[in-house]
Formats: sequence, C-alpha cells, structure tokens
Amino acid sequence: MAEHEITPSQTVGPFFAYALTPTAYDFAALVSNNLLTDDAVGQAIRVEGTIYDGQGLPVPDAMVEIWQADGQGRFAGNDTAPLPNGAFKGFGRSECDKLGQYGFATVKPGPVPGPDGRQQAPHINVGIFARGIVRRLFTRIYFEDEAANGSDPILSLVPEELRPTLIARRTGDRDGAPIYAFDIYLQGELETVFFEA
Amino acid sequence: MALIYPQESLKAHPSYLSPDYVGTRIRSPKRPLVIIPHTLSELTGPVYGHESVAETDADLTIQHEGEPLGERIIVHGHVMDEDGRPLPNTLIEIWQCNSAGRYIHVVDQHPAPLDPNFSGAGRCVTNGDGYYKFITVKPGPYPWRNHPNAWRPAHIHLSLFGPSFLSRLVTQMYFPGDPLFPFDPIFNSVTDERARERMISTFDLEATQPEWALAFRFNIVLRGREQTFFEDPHHG
Ligand SMILES: [Fe+3]
Repeated sequence: MAEHEITPSQTVGPFFAYALTPTAYDFAALVSNNLLTDDAVGQAIRVEGTIYDGQGLPVPDAMVEIWQADGQGRFAGNDTAPLPNGAFKGFGRSECDKLGQYGFATVKPGPVPGPDGRQQAPHINVGIFARGIVRRLFTRIYFEDEAANGSDPILSLVPEELRPTLIARRTGDRDGAPIYAFDIYLQGELETVFFEA
Repeated sequence: MALIYPQESLKAHPSYLSPDYVGTRIRSPKRPLVIIPHTLSELTGPVYGHESVAETDADLTIQHEGEPLGERIIVHGHVMDEDGRPLPNTLIEIWQCNSAGRYIHVVDQHPAPLDPNFSGAGRCVTNGDGYYKFITVKPGPYPWRNHPNAWRPAHIHLSLFGPSFLSRLVTQMYFPGDPLFPFDPIFNSVTDERARERMISTFDLEATQPEWALAFRFNIVLRGREQTFFEDPHHG
C-alpha cells in the first residue's frame, strides 16, 4: 500500500495550445515537432497522420507526444554516462491542425531492449491528449519495413488482426526523408490499439 | 534509483468513457486496452531541466507591461512519488483563463473580456525538494456547452513530466469550496471522492503575502515508488 496516492488525470481541454504547443502564440515553445538536432543519430524520417473520432471525423484539437530512442536504440538523458549526442531529446509534441493532421521530423529509432532480454522492434511511444480524452491515450508506432516486428514482445500481446493498427506505412519521401503514415482512430471499426502500462 | 509503477494506482484516474462528459462518448476507445509490461521505452522519459525554462516563466503577472486584473495568488507545493519522496527537476507547465473566465486561445469565444496584461501560460522546474511556486491571478469560472447552463469550476491546468513516460500527468487544480463541483462532469469524471479531493488545493494562510497575494497549496503525487524486496518484478 503506497503511502501517497496519485493525483488523478484530467482532460487537457481545448485550450492548451498557447502553453504546450504555442507556435501561433507569443510564448517560447519548449518542445517542438522537430526532433532533428545536429547530433541526432539515425535516418531522418517524417512521421505523420490524421486522428479520427468515433464518428470518423478528424480531431482538430488534439496534441500528440512522442518518446523514442535514437537510431542506435539509446534513450536521451537516462544513461549513467551522458550520451555523445546530448542535444537529441527523443521527445516531441505536435498539435493537430484543422484537418486533424499531426506530424514529426525525427530519426528512425533503433531496436531497444525488451523484457526477458528479448529485443524490441524499432518503435515510438505515443501519447494522445485532447478535449474528451480524460487520461493520456498510449499507443506505439511500428514500421512496416522492419522484419523484427514479427518477434516483438509487445506486438505479440496484441491480437493478430489488430496489429496493423500499430504499423506505419511508408508512403513516399519528402526532402529526401521517407514518410511514414500513421493514422489514429480513437474509436470505431478501425480503432487503434491502445495500451495500459 | 529505479522506480516501479504498479498498475493498481491507475484506478484513481477517470474512465476514458465518462458519459456525462459528452466529449468522451466519441473519443474513448471501445476495445479493451492491451496491458503490457514496462520496458525501457516506458521506464525512461524526457528530461527538461532548468536550462530550458526562463526564471520569469513562473510569474504569470509580469509577462506584459502592466499587471493583470484579478486576485493575485501564489500557487505552490511539492511534487512527489507514491512513497512521498520529492521529485526534483520535474517540469511543470500550467495554463489558465484570466480572472474573467476567458482564455487567450483563438477558439475561446466566451463573451468575457480578454486582459491585455495576462496570457495565462507558465512553467517551472521543481527544486531539489520537489518544491514549485507560481505567481498568477485566480482564474474565473467559465461556461461551456456540455449541457444546459454548464460552467466549469475555477481551475488551473497542469502538465507534469516526472521521471519516466509512465509518470507523465496532465491534470487540473481546483480551489477549495467551489459551488460548481457537484455540477461539473470533468471534475466528477474522477469517480472516487477521495481521489477528487486530491485535485483541490488548500488555502494556505501561512504562505499568503500580506497586502500582496493570497496563497494556495497544491501537492502533486506522480506514479512511481520504490520496489520492495519481496515483490515479483513482473507482477509488481
Ligand atoms: Fe479549462
């Protein structure tokens, strides 16, 4: 029995942008949707998509956060010895636009250790916040061109027919960087798999 | 010190589908969540320290030429883990409406005045004792369209990082004795009364600055506690 009980979550509401994603406001952004620092290790990619609600309509007022390792599978700030690529944070935020679209410029993450010494396939942890979402939704982005998906210990916990909801498709290139498309369905037929951890 | 994150604690959170809060009806997953073990991806998290935050970001009353209208207040407290141990160097971002109940957000069209001297966004990083302190003005209640004559109790939105992806929290701080509590489906999306009380700040006369500002204390407990030796790490 823990001594102190956690503070409950509440919705981020519709009005967070001027504090958390203040690109259109007179407040310096702390976190952006561009993770590409000069020292970022790995292949530059774009990750982008649209968020849809249970009626199939785009969600224009959501915020997406990502947390990932660099191209060598290293998480920033968490190793006992500081990483040589200290400017790379591995964390980003994107607000959705009027069409419900979010997007990140980042590097493709490398494989990272999983439970029981098994490697995890390259993936990005995703948090989704919005009006009408009372608690962060947690999902993961995997990449369609990774053979390691087949043995990933987390994907293997997901019913096989639902795994495609977690896999980004390579749709083209922009400025020399591959684009991975990852749409998120909050509810309904195509509903994305969400995790509890 | 590595922390563990028992899933038990998550019971304090609201259910994704909280039907009285109408927005949740089409934005909540219908399939059951897939429960996963905690890997390095969940047990690590972003680090934003003092170098990222300006000293003045914690005082929302000095961001413009003049002073904002409304009751000046100090909002302060400690951020801690489930063992009650302080969480130093934790980023807190806040946002709120002005004393008239209006957000500067372009989508907020509530017919209350904007205050040219108040934006309502701030941030700070907890010190070595997990302590934080903001200076701001008391936000007003505001109407919304959830149900006929719906008004939100006065609140400040807070976003916190903590030590890992799992300790990330977005919440709202309320003020003691608000008459709107029983009518607010967002506050009541937290169904346990004791858990709701943990979102209400306390009036802090001690911290009040005479002839200058009232004070409210708001302690925040993030997920995470130390593993005890008899726990199975895979079922903790
Ligand atoms: Fe609000």
